[in-house]
Amino acid sequence: MTPGTTGADEPGAAPGPARRTVLAAGGGLALGAAVAGGAVALTRDGDATTPVADSGAAVPFHGAHQAGIATAVQDRLHFAAFDVTTDDREKLVKLLKEWTRAAERMTAGREVGEGAYGGLPEAPPDDTGEALGLRPSRLTLTIGFGPSLFDGRFGLKDRRPGDLVELPRFPGDNLDPARSGGDLCVQACADDPQVAVHAIRNLARIGFGTVAVRWSQLGFGKTSSTTPNAQTPRNLFGFKDGTRNVSGSDAAALDRHVWVGPAEAAGGASWLAGGSYLVARRIRMNVETWDRTPLAEQEDIFGRDKKEGAAVGKAKEHDEPFLKALKPDSHVRLAHPDSNGGATLLRRGYSFTDGTDGLGRLDAGLFFLAYQKDVRAGFVRVQTALAKSDALNEYIQHVGSAVFAVPPGVRDADDWWGRALFS
Amino acid sequence: MRAVRTTAVTALAGAAVLAAVTGCTAKSDAKADADGITVTAKDDSCELSKKEFPAGHVTLNVENRGSKVTEVYVLYPDDRIVTERENIGPGTKATLTAEIKAGSYAIVCKPGMTGSGIRQAVTLTGGASAPKRSAEMDAAVASYRQYVQAQADATLPKVKVFTDAVRAGDLEAAKKAYASSRIGWERTEPVAESFGDIDPKVDVREDGLEEGQDPAKDWTGWHRLEKALWQDGKITAREKQLADLLDEDLADWVKRVGKAEITPTSMANGAKELLDEVATGKVTGEEERYSHTDLVDFKANVEGAQMSFDLLKPVASKNDPALVADLDKQFAALNALLDKYRADKTGYDFTSYDKVGKEQRKELSDGVNALAEPLSKLAAAVVK
Repeated sequence: MTPGTTGADEPGAAPGPARRTVLAAGGGLALGAAVAGGAVALTRDGDATTPVADSGAAVPFHGAHQAGIATAVQDRLHFAAFDVTTDDREKLVKLLKEWTRAAERMTAGREVGEGAYGGLPEAPPDDTGEALGLRPSRLTLTIGFGPSLFDGRFGLKDRRPGDLVELPRFPGDNLDPARSGGDLCVQACADDPQVAVHAIRNLARIGFGTVAVRWSQLGFGKTSSTTPNAQTPRNLFGFKDGTRNVSGSDAAALDRHVWVGPAEAAGGASWLAGGSYLVARRIRMNVETWDRTPLAEQEDIFGRDKKEGAAVGKAKEHDEPFLKALKPDSHVRLAHPDSNGGATLLRRGYSFTDGTDGLGRLDAGLFFLAYQKDVRAGFVRVQTALAKSDALNEYIQHVGSAVFAVPPGVRDADDWWGRALFS
Repeated sequence: MRAVRTTAVTALAGAAVLAAVTGCTAKSDAKADADGITVTAKDDSCELSKKEFPAGHVTLNVENRGSKVTEVYVLYPDDRIVTERENIGPGTKATLTAEIKAGSYAIVCKPGMTGSGIRQAVTLTGGASAPKRSAEMDAAVASYRQYVQAQADATLPKVKVFTDAVRAGDLEAAKKAYASSRIGWERTEPVAESFGDIDPKVDVREDGLEEGQDPAKDWTGWHRLEKALWQDGKITAREKQLADLLDEDLADWVKRVGKAEITPTSMANGAKELLDEVATGKVTGEEERYSHTDLVDFKANVEGAQMSFDLLKPVASKNDPALVADLDKQFAALNALLDKYRADKTGYDFTSYDKVGKEQRKELSDGVNALAEPLSKLAAAVVK
C-alpha cells in the first residue's frame, strides 16, 4: 500500500456499459437496475466524494486495496464461502488467476470468458447469461482467505498471519458448522441482486473441481453506510445501528482501523500489507418476540430513539452519545469504541431473510460483516462485551461465523488475487 | 431417470443431440445469416418463407407476432425432435440452428406451448449434406453402439432373476436382485431415453406420473416394484403381473436399442446427461427412495459416462488435451470416492444411501460437480 493513498482507490466511477446493450434494448430486460439513493463513489484523493451518475456505474476493480470495503455500501449482497477440494497448489493458483480475470470482466459489466451466446452450439456458454442487459450496478468482488487455508495443504503454514485467529466461542453462540468457516470467501456487493448472484454463480462454476461452495448468504438491505452524510439504514429491528461507522473516504481512519500496514504485516505475513481482516457472523433475529416489545424497552435496549436514531438525551443520529446516560446493558453503550479501548470496526452488514423456519417464524436477521486491521482488538473485544451483557441478546442468536484475511488489491491486469501470498 | 415423465423432454435429450449435429465446426453467428428461413408465428398460424430448402446448416429466424408465448420445433417424420426452441415471448425473435440431412420434416409452432401445435411440412433437398465423419469418430460410435447393445443384452437375464423372484413371491430374493437388474439400463440411460416411450414404462417414479394417471393402474416398472418390496413388504398378483410387463418392456428396449441414432456429439452429451442424472436424482436419494440403492445407480451412471469418454478420447485429446487430462483425473477422483462406500471393488454392494450422512452427501455432490462441469465441455472438444 502506498502511504498517503486513501482507502478508496477508485478514480471516479465511470458509467459502465450495459452488458450486451443490444439485448437491453429488446425491452424489459433492464428492469433489474436498482436505484441507490444517495450513493457516492470515492475519489483517489479521498477527501472529496463524487456522486455517482447512476447506480448502474462500474466500480474500478484494480487498486491498492480491494474494492468492496471502503466502497460506498451497495444495496445487495451475495456472500459465499468455499472449501478448496484439491491438494494441488498449482490448481488453486490457476483458479485464483481465472477468478481474477472473471472478476475484472464482471465488475466492468462484461460477460465471463467468451460470453453467454454466439459460441460453439455444442458447448455450454462460458457465461450463464442472467446478467445480460444489466448495468455493472457497482458490483464489487472481494476475496478473503480463511485460517484453514494455511493448514499445510498448500505450503502456506509459515505465511499465516499471527493475527488471523480463530474466533473464541462467545456465550450464547449456537454456531452451525455448515454455515461457518471456509478456506476462501468472496463477497459480492451490487445495487442489483441479480448482478451479485450472477457473479457468485459464475465464480462457483469456474471453481468446480478446485473449490466447492461451503455456504452462502444473500443479503437484501444494507445495514451500514460508509458514507458519513448518508442516513444510516435500519436493521430488521427497525433501528439504525452502526451509526458511528468508519467513513470510506477518511483515509486516516481507514489506516488506523481497517488497513493492515506494512509494519503490522511482518515476516511471512508481508503479503497482507494493504489488506484487512473480515469477520462474518450470521445473526438470527427473533423478530416476532421483538415486535411484541414495548417501544420504550426497544429504545432502552438499543440506547437510541427509534425515529431519529439519536442516543439517549441527544437530538440527532450523529450526535456523540453521552454513554453514562445510557443503560449499562444497552447495545450502543456496550458496542461504542469508548467502552472498548477505541475498538472501531468498518461495518458492512446486510439484512437477510431466508424464508421461514418451519415454525412459522421469519428466518431473518443480520448478516454482520466487519473489516478491521486487528481482529482481537476489534471484533473479539467488542463481541466479548456484547455477548456478556447486551440487552439485545434476548432477541438474537449468532448462528454462523467466519474470519478471513483479506489480501490487498489487484493492481493491474497482470496481477491476481493472492499473488503476493502464493509467490 | 428423469423426475418428470414428459416424453417431449426425454425425446429431446436423445434426439436433439442425435440430430446430425455432427460436424458443426464454425462458430455460428446466426444473427448475420441472411439466408435463414423466416418463421412467423402467430396465435393461429405458422408461416414459413420457404417450404423447400437445401439440407445442411439450417437457420430458422423465428418471430412471434402472436399474443402467446410459443415454441417452435423441427420434427422428423416420426415426430422425433430434430431441434426446438421454447419460451419465445410475444413480440420477440429467436433463432434455431441445426445440421439437418435431406428429407421430409415438419416445422411446428406451438402457441401457448400446449397442444399439438400448427404444423407445416417442409422438404430439405440435396445429397447427404452432413459432413463426413473421421474414421476415428466412426470407430468411437461403432464401439459405443456395441457397448450399448451388450449392456442391454446382459440386462435381460439379470432382470429375469429379479422378476422370477417376484413371480415366485420371494420377497428377499427379489430385493437382492433388484439393484443389479438396473445396472445396464443406468449405464446407457440416455440412449434408452431417446425412445421416449420406454423410460416412462420401466423407470418412472410415482411423482413422475402425469396428471390424470392413476398410480394403482398406470404406474409400472422397477420403482413400482421397489415400493412394493421395501415399503409395502408384500407381493400380490398385481406385482407378478408387473414383473411380466417389465420383462416385456425391456425386451422391446433390447430389440430397438440397436436402431438408436448415435453420433459423437450424442455420446458426449449423453455422458454429461448421466452425470446430470446423478446430480439431480442419486445424490439427493430421490431415485431409490425405498430401497436406498442409489449408489449402485450412481456407479452405473458414472461407468456409462466413462465409457463414452474413453471411446471419444482419441478425438478429444487432439482438440483439447488439457480437458482430457482433467476428465481423467476427475473420473478417478469420483470413482475413488465411490469406492469408500463399496464393500469390494469388483462388486456392486454399496452402502445403503440412508446411511450416508449429510456431510458425505455434500462431498459426493462436490465430486459430481467437479466432474460434470468439465464433462459439459466434451461435446465441443469432439466437434471442434
